[in-house]
Amino acid sequence: MNADPTDTDPRDEETPRPSMGIDPYERNWMRLSILLLVTFAATITIGGLVMGFEVPGAEQEVDPRTVLDSPPWSEPGVREVAPGIFEAYVVAQTWAFVPQSITLPVGAEVTINLTSPDLQHGFRVDETNLNMMVVPGQVSTLTYTFDELGEFTYICHEYCGRGHEAMYGVINVVSAQEYEALNASTTTTDAPASAEEAAG
Amino acid sequence: MTVTDPTEKVERNWDGDYDLTEAEKKFVARHIWVAIAALFVGSLFGPLQSFQYSGFDLYGYLDPIIKSYYQGLTIHGVLNALVWTTFFIVGFTNLTTMKGLNRPLANPRINRIGFWVMTVGVLMTAVPILLNKATVLYTFYPPLEASWAFYLGLTLVVVGSWIEGLGFYLTLHAWRRDNPGVRSPFIALGGVINAAMWQIATLGVAVSILTMLLPWSLGIIDGTDPELARTYFWFTGHPLVYFWLLPAYVSWYGMLPKQAGGKLFSDSLARLAFWMFLIVSVPVGFHHQFVDPGVPQTWKWIHAILTYSVFFPSMITAFTVIASLEYAGRKRGGTGLVGWIRSLPWSDPSVTAQLLAAILFMFGGIGGLTNASYNLNLVIHNTAWVPGHFHLTVATAVTLSFIGISYWMIPYLTGTQLWRPKVALFQAWTWFVGMIIFSNAMHMLGLLGAPRRTALGDAPYVPESWDGHLLRVSIGGAILLVSVLTYVTIVVKTVRGPKVAAELVPTVPVAESIRSAQLTPLWLDRFKPWLIAAAALLVFAYGPQLVDQILNMNLNAPGTDFTPW
Repeated sequence: MNADPTDTDPRDEETPRPSMGIDPYERNWMRLSILLLVTFAATITIGGLVMGFEVPGAEQEVDPRTVLDSPPWSEPGVREVAPGIFEAYVVAQTWAFVPQSITLPVGAEVTINLTSPDLQHGFRVDETNLNMMVVPGQVSTLTYTFDELGEFTYICHEYCGRGHEAMYGVINVVSAQEYEALNASTTTTDAPASAEEAAG
Repeated sequence: MTVTDPTEKVERNWDGDYDLTEAEKKFVARHIWVAIAALFVGSLFGPLQSFQYSGFDLYGYLDPIIKSYYQGLTIHGVLNALVWTTFFIVGFTNLTTMKGLNRPLANPRINRIGFWVMTVGVLMTAVPILLNKATVLYTFYPPLEASWAFYLGLTLVVVGSWIEGLGFYLTLHAWRRDNPGVRSPFIALGGVINAAMWQIATLGVAVSILTMLLPWSLGIIDGTDPELARTYFWFTGHPLVYFWLLPAYVSWYGMLPKQAGGKLFSDSLARLAFWMFLIVSVPVGFHHQFVDPGVPQTWKWIHAILTYSVFFPSMITAFTVIASLEYAGRKRGGTGLVGWIRSLPWSDPSVTAQLLAAILFMFGGIGGLTNASYNLNLVIHNTAWVPGHFHLTVATAVTLSFIGISYWMIPYLTGTQLWRPKVALFQAWTWFVGMIIFSNAMHMLGLLGAPRRTALGDAPYVPESWDGHLLRVSIGGAILLVSVLTYVTIVVKTVRGPKVAAELVPTVPVAESIRSAQLTPLWLDRFKPWLIAAAALLVFAYGPQLVDQILNMNLNAPGTDFTPW
């Protein structure tokens, strides 16, 4: 504020020279406001840089007309790329997520990638910081570690037409033993791929 | 003292000795009638949405007129957030320009043309919406594809508001020529600053519609770039909220103190706040895109910081407006730390509506800071928290203030008296209470993860823990329905009431400042430095990313090959 330190009381009608005429209380209020806002700015910056609470960024552009024709988007699902490290490709389209459920062992660090071949969609996983817009032509990416057992619903939060309110899916976080048992009993397309990658 | 002594002229400016002619009053009123008609129709759908949340779905009965929850939601958003606000603001700014400057419009024909362009635009937008050909909500994100008439109509509304804004500017310019060295009267200057900010801000949607959406809806191009469209939209979308808010601030700073029996506490800080809004309203749009792909984190972070800076003039406003009201309350005999609040004229519905609006705005501001807080936004983005938030801001701070303003303005424009002030008080309080219930429940639902703009009554994933909040949303909606119907009744009864003698008709309240406005520094009365600063900040904060997105534009998103709604 280009405030003049010689400001007099704003109620003084006789002051001849133009000045800001800020009341001392208001001046302190303005200082306090700036301090508050600087504190907030520092908090979000530390939260992002130091504590890893990060928002999505610019990752990758794709052609929404052909994106589903080739890997990895032609085979959406989740695969283990290294022990405990997972990668999920989820397609959001009118009006369903593919896949509609994802199973992970507890402690899994998963990088979730999303895209849409048609309209804009949203993706938010209950009780986590996973929240992304899904925009045709773009890939949205965030990483999260699931440290607790349970079912986590993911919901489409961007209006996409008449079936919007029915568009959701579930992430099942199970114990390591249960996860191994599930993997042994099913022959999914991702299992060999992840085994190969793990071996390689 | 000579005739050219500036302070002498200032006194004359505060007099408000110029009274609008009947034709001018009619012209202002025409804006207000369109606005209130839009508020009325749009507000019938808000409660229907809120009832749907608790499973009480009335949309089925509206078939074949209204096809779906989402068509109703589109009507609610477009009419309430875009039409009601824009027409009221432009009408009110006509009044504050003429009354503030004590002169007629420099070129009334320009404003008449602007009004009709806006009105044709609204009609052109309304037809496809009502025919279910534009159920794209008021954000119209591609590749949801509305009828071309929807986009063209919206463009005309914006262009019409630009034309009227030009009319305000020319009037201020003429006044300045005739009053060299005199500070521009605040209520007029505030309106013109808002119009200037709006002209900068709406470049985003104008470019989006003219270069992408309109050609696409006409079949000239095959697809859109949805991420670029989002960036264009939010270039306009966030300053839009200040375009709504600043006229309410004109009233809170420049009129409400007079109505309450006091004066404006600080003319220089009122002006500083408005200039700051001109500069920092626009380069903050990425805070609506924190969770978007296609925008680097650095730009999102920069916009987060700039969004905090736009909070600063609102903090000034909080202090200055409350101090002005305290001055009024103490002049009326109020004593003690809070005694002055009780002494304010709570029996005046115009004052009460605006005070209640300002109270809820404090909570809206706190929620807004949460939204702006970069990574904190991950928790609430696109949840029910967001409509919970903006029903405190645009639907209360702005709308209830405009309703309060209309309680003196409609009698002034029509030469009548307000019909049953006690009913108007009831209206203001029911809005306040209904909105507290509705908005609190929506915020809670958002924290629990409920998505916004979703027919939750039909959603398969709704857990039992949401039920109580969903019911409170419906209860709040029902109270608000009563409030809006009461408001429309008051307006109709007032307009159709008997004409009264001129001295019984309310006058336009124009507050003096405690210290003469002539003592406000000259740099707070000049457009040039602030416009240059606004342009510079815009180039810094939007330039690189916007240019990058435009250069890498891919018009390759065709949407669906069926109508998705």
